[in-house]
Amino acid sequence: MLLECERISRRFGGVHAVADVDLAVAPGQVFGLIGPNGAGKTTLVNLISGHLRVDSGAIRFAGADVTRLAPHELSVRGVARTFQGVRLFKGLSALENVLVGRHARMRSDVLRRLWPRGAPDRLDRERAGLLLERVGLTRPYALAGGLAYGDQRRLEIARALASEPRLLILDEPAAGMNLAESTRLRDLMRALVAEGLTIVLIEHDVRLVMDTCERVAVLNFGRKIAEGPPAEIQASRAVREAYLGTEDVA
Amino acid sequence: MDALGDFLRVYQTTIGVIGINALLALSVWITLYAGQLTLGNAAFMAVGAYASALLGMRLGVPLPLGLALGALLSAALALPLGLAVFRLRGVYLAIATIGFGEVVRVVLLTLPFTGKALGLNGIPPITELWHIYLSLVVVAYVLWRVQGSTVGRAWAAIREDEVAAASQGIAIRRYKLAAFIAGAAIAAWAGGLSAHLNFSIEPGDFGFTRAVQILVFAVVGSTPSVAGPIFGATLLTALPEILRPLKEYRDIFAGLILMGVIIYLPRGLVTLIELRKTRRLQEIGAADVA
Repeated sequence: MLLECERISRRFGGVHAVADVDLAVAPGQVFGLIGPNGAGKTTLVNLISGHLRVDSGAIRFAGADVTRLAPHELSVRGVARTFQGVRLFKGLSALENVLVGRHARMRSDVLRRLWPRGAPDRLDRERAGLLLERVGLTRPYALAGGLAYGDQRRLEIARALASEPRLLILDEPAAGMNLAESTRLRDLMRALVAEGLTIVLIEHDVRLVMDTCERVAVLNFGRKIAEGPPAEIQASRAVREAYLGTEDVA
Repeated sequence: MDALGDFLRVYQTTIGVIGINALLALSVWITLYAGQLTLGNAAFMAVGAYASALLGMRLGVPLPLGLALGALLSAALALPLGLAVFRLRGVYLAIATIGFGEVVRVVLLTLPFTGKALGLNGIPPITELWHIYLSLVVVAYVLWRVQGSTVGRAWAAIREDEVAAASQGIAIRRYKLAAFIAGAAIAAWAGGLSAHLNFSIEPGDFGFTRAVQILVFAVVGSTPSVAGPIFGATLLTALPEILRPLKEYRDIFAGLILMGVIIYLPRGLVTLIELRKTRRLQEIGAADVA
């Protein structure tokens, strides 16, 4: 297993945002995480990426215990993520955003820079440019804050990929995308998985989840209420109840 | 040539002070560039001023060594201070660093060898203009190059979004601390130069007013580029001289000009230059590049 969460919990005041969740993500798959609003999906992601600390439980990544690590340490180990609602460096260009994404893979070039003719990051810039092309962005020098919303989402994915991660966590990547865009996103995810990347996908777009995920876990009120292949999850009574209420309306 | 010589003689002090103020503005610019509002640089300036003056007067340490030791002492103070205050953000960070400034001022008033409230007098005026401007050129060049490096990009990323920056593998605390320590060392160096330009120093020279003044230099000039703080310090230091014919009204006009800049050019005076560049790019249909 690439990522293992063992009975992890996190409370905010009296609210169990995440309660005793077990999760095992095998390498090379797209693992879906779904659930109604407020189910604890984003909290779970923040726990995995180190932005929040667990109250109890353990997280292992690639066999090593990473429960207490900070976000930047997890990034170095190969965990990259995007954010629900997009968090780009708005005042920097698209290319610079991707270059910051490569931070964990670049050696500090401060001293080499003091020599006036040096451009020690030429190769990194080329790779960043290729990543932008790959996600379909054509204006590397445009300010990130000025991009259309769908473009910002794709730039965030390019930035995450720049760190050459082993695990990519996408928090609602298709929100605000039209059908054509979300189809392109699906194709990109499939291509990335074919190259050996592992993806954890949080998404409300049922079609995208069904099309890409090999396994899906369902959260409700901070607890995992179901896990299995997408078809099984779609047919599950517990899941329907979580979304639609206990009266069987479907 | 003679006219230039006369000009330099008459305005020697002002020209020196401009260079020192530009160095101070750059010292606070580093932390501003990383998105951190700190107001401790007047205190670090004091550390450099007192350290180099005392080393020179009591122990006969030559000026360059005295400046270096002052900068080192200042950096050594900035390390534990930074570890403590960078748990804070925004206004709280600013207030904590103001607190540090007051501590330094009171310590200077109390220590047996700093001359207490009278300060130090008769400091040999051995700072030459070229000392100041060589320092300024070196500091500005280094910062300009650092801006384009991995470190400069990390600072910019922290400024734009700290949470996202952490996810890109940037050790936030370490980078903030590096910016703070570098700023402290530069402020101390400028303080040492200033002490040996002015014959005398006293704790009151390095109080809250001074801290705010340094910040204003940097902000008026604009933060995104290295030229901004230098520009801001030059203009605001020269302004009282330029406005001298206005006699007792000159501070009022200096204040009005400052307000005008802040209100109409919130990104600083450097905006004026950028505006022209953007306009030119728009003309050739490449506005995206800007």
